[in-house]
Amino acid sequence: MSAELHYKPIAELAALLDAKKISSVELTQAVVARTKALDGRVKAFNSYDEADALAQAAASDARRASGQARGALEGIPVGFKDVIAVTGQPLTASSRMLANFVSPYDATVTTRLKNAGAVCWGRLNLDEFAMGSSTENSAFHTTRNPWDLTCVPGGSSGGSAAALAAGEAIATLGSDTGGSIRQPAALCGVVGLKPTYGLVSRYGLIAFASSLDQIGPFTRTIEDAAIMLGAIAGHDGRDSTSFRADIPDYRTELTKRKGPWRLGIPKEYFGAGLDPEVAAAVEQAIAFYRAQGCEIKEVSLPQTEHGVGVYYIIATAECSSNLSRYDGIRYGHRAKEAKDLLDLYFQSRAEGFGAEVKRRIILGTYVLSSGYYDAYYLRAQKVRTLIRQDFLNAYREVDALLTPTAPTPAFKIGAKADPLAMYLCDIYTIGVNLAGLPGLSLPCGFSRSGLPIGLQIIGQPFKEAELLAIARTYEQAHDWKNRHPSL
Amino acid sequence: MSAPADLNIDHVARLARIALTPGEREQFARQLGDVLASIEQLKKVDVSSVEPTAHAFPVANVWAEDVAQPGLTVEAALRNAPAQRDHMIVVPKVVE
Repeated sequence: MSAELHYKPIAELAALLDAKKISSVELTQAVVARTKALDGRVKAFNSYDEADALAQAAASDARRASGQARGALEGIPVGFKDVIAVTGQPLTASSRMLANFVSPYDATVTTRLKNAGAVCWGRLNLDEFAMGSSTENSAFHTTRNPWDLTCVPGGSSGGSAAALAAGEAIATLGSDTGGSIRQPAALCGVVGLKPTYGLVSRYGLIAFASSLDQIGPFTRTIEDAAIMLGAIAGHDGRDSTSFRADIPDYRTELTKRKGPWRLGIPKEYFGAGLDPEVAAAVEQAIAFYRAQGCEIKEVSLPQTEHGVGVYYIIATAECSSNLSRYDGIRYGHRAKEAKDLLDLYFQSRAEGFGAEVKRRIILGTYVLSSGYYDAYYLRAQKVRTLIRQDFLNAYREVDALLTPTAPTPAFKIGAKADPLAMYLCDIYTIGVNLAGLPGLSLPCGFSRSGLPIGLQIIGQPFKEAELLAIARTYEQAHDWKNRHPSL
Repeated sequence: MSAPADLNIDHVARLARIALTPGEREQFARQLGDVLASIEQLKKVDVSSVEPTAHAFPVANVWAEDVAQPGLTVEAALRNAPAQRDHMIVVPKVVE
């Protein structure tokens, strides 16, 4: 049995653990063994600590044996995108700037996962400071797509998606600023959920663009996403943008909500640039919902064409501010040869940051600089209002939106050398962040060359329970989740 | 596509406190020129009566009780410092 443990969902493993058919140590050993066997090729991890993980698993088994099991994730190994703080573990953001940084504290999501009993497993690769769509911007290495090792896993949370698809974790956490959970989930054939802005605390998440960043889970199934969201969601006084929302029991809600729903198809998401195989798979998913009795309605989000432009003004402006803290003084990389304090800043940042991070800091500095603020930043914030209004208008007529997650399946490593071409990977995911909405990607088919395709479902603010129920209706009637890459 | 005349890469990089190599300078100016050109389309949008959105769900006046919380020890707080001595971070001399 243990040979297959690494591909089982949380819900099933929790039942096996409860029934004492397996122990957390056995499960964690299976995940460690799988990682050791495969990660030399997949390269999903930046680092992991086998002894620490097994010690956590042994502690979990001891709690369970003494009747003190903590919660829904007791004994389950969960991997972390390397921007989420876990006490005593590296926290690198896949950047030379933080290559030697060890976190002195836990992110709130980490505390919550520990309180639910999870085993905090390894550190997962990303595009440096979460800026990118392929992990090619990592300062350390490019993660491979488990379905085709010559392709990217997507990004920025590419390590989180690839590790899960390869069976190197039972669930993982990522962060999503413009699609960084949903796009890699689509490209790696797993479920990825970006919650409503403010539902999950950002405390202990390395900041990229604070008005857009949100932490969320990668899982094999929708039920697992409900379990993970239930564990991490909730108000936190340490994040001033944290929202006081009622947190339902997402897992129970899944079985209560059966539709039929009114589902919107935004016509702007099916235009030029959409790969025909992706379009066909998404259209089949739409046909499935129609056959289930859902009302399918074409809607319009007229500002869609401006999403990428607005995003690259707002996200870079916020990143130029957030990343000003990396000055070589209190922590992070410090240049050796600086001749004075000012030069220390210039050289430490020149040596510590990679090309994409430098480009975005410079663009963000420019759009905020004197004389350009109104023309770029303020205008972008106003168009952001219109983008958000588009979604809210659509939700007067429909319960959720169905779209492709990404315009194409996974592309070859090195295929998008031009930054602008890479930015367009996020064309269907960016609007969700600008409007603060919840969105998820779930597998809805494969290309002829065997690469996964993702269906994006966009929900209404703080209505994750409904979003997950809509997704589960599709998932239960299809078998994509039981397909695994041949590694 | 070359950089717009008003993107002074040297000036902006100086504001951002990033030293650029000549190669980076030339490459970033060109790439950011392309990005800015694509952003120009935003100028077509009529925003004359639109309020800006800074946060999708703004929460204002977030207060916390003014009570001490457990924090990091000095050792933990300084553990990641590039240079330290006697519970202080060492920096280059700033006053001649």
